[in-house]
Amino acid sequence: MRVLLLALRRLATSLPSLLLILCGLFLLLQFAPGDTVDALVAEMGGADAAVIGQLRQFYGLDASTTVQLGRYLWRLVHLDLGYSAIYGKPVAAVILERLPVTLVLMGCAQVLAAVCGVALGVAAARRAGRWPDTLVSMLGLVFYATPSFWFGLMGIVVFAIHLGWLPPGGYLDVAAGYKGLERIADIAWHLVLPAVTLALIYLAIYLRIMRASMLEVLSLDFVRSARAKGLAEYAVLVRHVLRNALLPLLTLAGLQFGTMLGGSVVIESVFALPGLGRLAYDSVVQRDLNTLLGIVFISALLVIAINFMVDMLYALLDPRILHERKA
Amino acid sequence: MKLLQRYLRNPAACFGLLVLLAVIAMAASAPLLFPADPLSLAGRPLQWPLKDPRFWLGTDQTGRDIAAQIFHGARVSLLIGFVATLIAVCIGILIGAFAGYYGGWADNLLMRLTEGFQTLPSFLLLLVLVSVFGSGIATVTLAIGAVSWPATARLTRAEFLTLRNRDFVHSCRSLGMRDLQIIFREILPNALPPVVVYASVVMALAILLESALAFLNLSDPNVASWGNLIGGGRGVLRSQWYVSAIPGIAILLTVLAVSLVGQGLNDALNPRLKRP
Repeated sequence: MRVLLLALRRLATSLPSLLLILCGLFLLLQFAPGDTVDALVAEMGGADAAVIGQLRQFYGLDASTTVQLGRYLWRLVHLDLGYSAIYGKPVAAVILERLPVTLVLMGCAQVLAAVCGVALGVAAARRAGRWPDTLVSMLGLVFYATPSFWFGLMGIVVFAIHLGWLPPGGYLDVAAGYKGLERIADIAWHLVLPAVTLALIYLAIYLRIMRASMLEVLSLDFVRSARAKGLAEYAVLVRHVLRNALLPLLTLAGLQFGTMLGGSVVIESVFALPGLGRLAYDSVVQRDLNTLLGIVFISALLVIAINFMVDMLYALLDPRILHERKA
Repeated sequence: MKLLQRYLRNPAACFGLLVLLAVIAMAASAPLLFPADPLSLAGRPLQWPLKDPRFWLGTDQTGRDIAAQIFHGARVSLLIGFVATLIAVCIGILIGAFAGYYGGWADNLLMRLTEGFQTLPSFLLLLVLVSVFGSGIATVTLAIGAVSWPATARLTRAEFLTLRNRDFVHSCRSLGMRDLQIIFREILPNALPPVVVYASVVMALAILLESALAFLNLSDPNVASWGNLIGGGRGVLRSQWYVSAIPGIAILLTVLAVSLVGQGLNDALNPRLKRP
């Protein structure tokens, strides 16, 4: 219960930030050349001034900017993201269709990055200063410095074109018409390359933070006590050190969620995945600003939701946080 | 001098510095070695590297010299990376300094703004900015700067929070110095070293952001950018993969060099924090 309260308090502080962002984005859009009516008129092939005036009134574009901002925010409270002229559907419906692909991709990448990052970070910290450590740290630096889209393209060249082990893109084999388990296996097959590509940079970040935090915890007194009372090295590492060293990683993983959403824009374009990122790219190319804004809004909500969950988890893993205020 | 000595004792940092100097030399020598427009037709399209002595890195799908594009691309990447970083660091320092120095409601408002920017995926925000303001090289640089400042602001604020109650600040106040003078002439120089080190991270990310934008064809198509070259090479990936591979290596080396130099500076500035 207290955990929930603490997390809710943190959640409340993120609401003003969200409001600031939305106002900023709305004002930004006032700079964009042309509005919905211009786009509609262009699509109709022109109209006279009276009709244009009526359309502006219909869409509420004749009101002052402040009134429009108020209406915009009020609509967002109802999760009404407007209408996409390109897709001929409400923006919310378009986004909902694309969201699962992105969530699956990011989930796989996040798990992959966390597991490998922790394993490599622990391995490097265990042999700090010797060649495995140097090797792992160098690998981390290279992964961090490589543009993910380039890794993706080279992955396609090696694994899809030359070796023919993995599909070069797409979400599933539509022509095969798989059902049930076979379908899931097919999707997993298609996601191997994109998930690995997206994960590499986060793997590098996690491994670096994991190595540093392992080294820090290893130097603390309670580790020496654990060793002194004769615990096996494995028990010391996993039950005592790793548990404490994981905390900074958790915070970082929550913070990185937003960047990963941005990264999936590029990855989904490389591998032709029908996800949210691909939708964002298409809406930039097609100048569908309603959809783009909707995606930004939904992404911000997602980031806030993830950070809320991380806060709860953090408080569960580290009970000291709950008692901090009283002390 | 001590700093330089400590820096040069670190082999990784030296390697980073050498690579960075090489990239800078490439950028500087580009107009001398390749005086022609790098985006103009140079020869037969899709020649493999090392086949024709005139084009030692080959030609791309429209017959442009890849080596020329790599050299001129170094100018673009370094310029965009540097200017965007300068913008981001300036915004970050201003916001962080005022938030940390004044505290109270100013701190609250500025930090909510910073959190807001951190909540939005920066690449998505970049897409919004580019689709509203267009994708000229100046707009792209400004936009990258405008989305990269929050971490610098947080860092500066943290430094100011620890420094603002030091004795030298109190004595400045009792001397009757104005707030702006105290912030920029007294506290900022003390808060600057970690911020400058962090700027290397900002620059590495800025170069990566620009290359991703160019790869998606959303950056300026009229400059020879490494990202543009990779994006163009996608069409011939199946057989002529070198068109995309070569500029990717250039980006990798540049970003790696910038990160290594930053890390080396950090280690040289904080010798006691050096890893065991």
